[in-house]
Amino acid sequence: MKAINETENINSRIRKDRVFLGLVVLFSVITVSPIILIISKLIEKGYKQLSFGFLVEKTPDTMEAMTAIANNELIPGGIVNGILGTLLMVAMAAVIAIPIAIITGVYLYENQGKWLANITRNVSDILQGVPSIVLGLISYLWVVKYVTNGFSALAGSVSLAIMMLPMIVRSTEETLKMIPQTLKEAGLALGIPYWRVLTGILIPTGFSGLMTGILLAVSRVIGETAPLMLTALGSRAINMNISKPTSAIPLLIWEFYNDPNMVDMIWSSSLLLMIIVLAFNLTAKQFAANRK
Amino acid sequence: MNSDKITKIVLFSVSFIILIVAGGIVFSLVGGAIPSFKTFGFGFITSSHWDPTEGRENYGALPFIAGTLITSFAALVISFPLSFATSLFLGEYYRNTRVAKILGTMVDLLAGIPSIVYGLWGFYILRPFLIGIGFENQGFGVLTSSIVLAIMIIPYATSLSNEIISMVPNDLKEAAYSLGSTRYEVIRYVTVPAARSGIFAGYILAFGRALGETMAVTMLIGNSNIIPDGLFSTGNTMASVIANQFGEADGLKLSSLIFIGLLLFVITGIVNSIGKLIIKKMN
Amino acid sequence: MNTNILQVKDPILAIENLSVAYDKNVAVKDVTVGIKKNTVTAIMGPSGCGKSTLLRVLNRMHELYENIHTTGSVTLNGEDIFKMSAIKLRRKTGMVFQRPNPFPTMSIYDNVIAGYKLNGINQKKQERDEIVERSLRDVALWDEVKDSLTKKGTFLSGGQQQRLCIARALAFNPEIILLDEPTSALDPVATSKIEDLLITLKEHYTIIMVTHNMSQAARISDYSLFMYLGELVEYGKTKNMFTNPQDRRTEEYLTGKFG
Repeated sequence: MKAINETENINSRIRKDRVFLGLVVLFSVITVSPIILIISKLIEKGYKQLSFGFLVEKTPDTMEAMTAIANNELIPGGIVNGILGTLLMVAMAAVIAIPIAIITGVYLYENQGKWLANITRNVSDILQGVPSIVLGLISYLWVVKYVTNGFSALAGSVSLAIMMLPMIVRSTEETLKMIPQTLKEAGLALGIPYWRVLTGILIPTGFSGLMTGILLAVSRVIGETAPLMLTALGSRAINMNISKPTSAIPLLIWEFYNDPNMVDMIWSSSLLLMIIVLAFNLTAKQFAANRK
Repeated sequence: MNSDKITKIVLFSVSFIILIVAGGIVFSLVGGAIPSFKTFGFGFITSSHWDPTEGRENYGALPFIAGTLITSFAALVISFPLSFATSLFLGEYYRNTRVAKILGTMVDLLAGIPSIVYGLWGFYILRPFLIGIGFENQGFGVLTSSIVLAIMIIPYATSLSNEIISMVPNDLKEAAYSLGSTRYEVIRYVTVPAARSGIFAGYILAFGRALGETMAVTMLIGNSNIIPDGLFSTGNTMASVIANQFGEADGLKLSSLIFIGLLLFVITGIVNSIGKLIIKKMN
Repeated sequence: MNTNILQVKDPILAIENLSVAYDKNVAVKDVTVGIKKNTVTAIMGPSGCGKSTLLRVLNRMHELYENIHTTGSVTLNGEDIFKMSAIKLRRKTGMVFQRPNPFPTMSIYDNVIAGYKLNGINQKKQERDEIVERSLRDVALWDEVKDSLTKKGTFLSGGQQQRLCIARALAFNPEIILLDEPTSALDPVATSKIEDLLITLKEHYTIIMVTHNMSQAARISDYSLFMYLGELVEYGKTKNMFTNPQDRRTEEYLTGKFG
């Protein structure tokens, strides 16, 4: 009698085990399905518009778009103003953030366990958690109001740079910590000055790791919209003057979203944005894989 | 002065910039919020009356605070089964396999999708679907935002718990197996208890992420300045109200938006610090 | 019986009353020793006895870590090493580590010349080529790698990597080579090659080597230091120490009673 109960018990336990595994697999598939759904939607709806002209022409105005729709044509023009704006602002943000972040990362690596380094690390972590819209407000208060006296590419870059800073600080420190201590010692034992040990041995050795961090940070800020709304504002014209309002791909998507006539451009712009972001993301992964 | 000293000084002074930036953020947010604080005092936090009409301007942030907390919490609840299952998939069942690598990459890519693209997806795909099953307010509202937010925070919740779960020592698990446990039982009685605080910290950090998400929420929550009275209600979050109303803001309104920014900064700071503290305690 | 005396005449390196402390933990206690030119000196002792610390003070690598204090003096050719610049001292002393650690981003050639390049010393290509060839010949690696000088140093086998690291240390023509258990990560064949190499190198250099391998010390060293709990227990000609240890602790260590 007892033996039968035990078998039943075991069977039910095994059943439970299988059901649980089934749920884990099911939910995991559900988890990643949005990425497939989103990308396939972007491709399906966006590929038609994605042409060479889309990359090199300016954004049309609403009237042009309306006429095209009325005539059952594709909306003319492209988003070159956004592409160039994104390029300008992200590049400028990178130029501002990368040197500061890498030096800070080196400082943290060099001063493990010291109180000021601990504070700096914690502050950097807190900064990483600050919502991007708040950084938009900050850059508005600092740059828009006092430096460029108006919405500007520079203001956009500053907000993006503050976003990038803590990400690169962290990845730099983590990368350096993984380099064997004896490499540094071997350099110093040759009588090499410390800064040359850093630039000639440690940074080249950790290059892949640093690149991973930088590329991930770039891929993260390329898609940022909210802080740019408060700082760069957007523009239908091509602007390369850092003290003037400037467009960006995500800003254009936002504009298209709010303009019923431009809806068709949303998908192609988003598709392009996704391609750029994924390219950075996957390159970063490649660098990370190279390290191992 | 020798070069090592100069190097040290350079490292020290450049890394000071990040402290100055952080200090400057606090300083500027507080400074910008002062006019609003002088007018409304702490009533700003407890009042739910938001009226920009000239002459009877009144600003209260309660609807947005409530909207932020409700959407983020709902997002956490929705994302929990998904990300928990995913971290078991990655860190336990299929650890170090090809399929886990692919799945892991896809989860990472979820973190790479820009917020505005999530918003578009929610607006054009999810919203019509919700309308189809009888959702009111044209599909806008707390639930719509929370579903999209849930997807957005999955990578943050997953990455930490996946790592912690895969770090649970094998001999612990083997001991349980040798007693005749099924895998489910090992997970339930050994793995999860051992990884509990790490998993919890991951969700706290994911929650902190959700609090500040702007674009997707702005596009989906319906932008009404009321305290949401349920999952199907429209509302606004702290981030979305800044995004929505910043364009036409100056004077007292701008100051009030900055005040909201300050509150958002403080809340996310506290939540993230709690998460980090738990992680630190674990080590 | 006091064995802590300068037993050699005209030492190239004279350590007098040297003590080293981490915070308040004394790692090296009042060591006095003279190192003779063109010899191999082995520092032996159980782990934690302070032998690595002693070695690291000799090129002031201990200064990388804070809260380490030294008292006493060390002179290299009569010059106080704590008074010269660390950079100058380190160019006069080469160091080789437990695990081979060629700079992973550099070619074999660049690894050998790294000391010059990263010190910002400009040379003609021909001079550099000469230094690289001489250093690699010194470590008997030249014939093995002369056709692959542009390959990364990390592609070599473990023993070859360690010889490359020795070549890197030799490139500056140092007076002293400090080795910290240089064969502990190598197989027996590679180990014996390194040992043979050290014996030939002492013609031109003075070698100080930390080892936990007694038979290695017996095979290649001329002088031995035995340290225990930070103290220098015994110092003398290796032959004498192994055949007739003066101190009971040395004897117990050498006969395998502890260690």
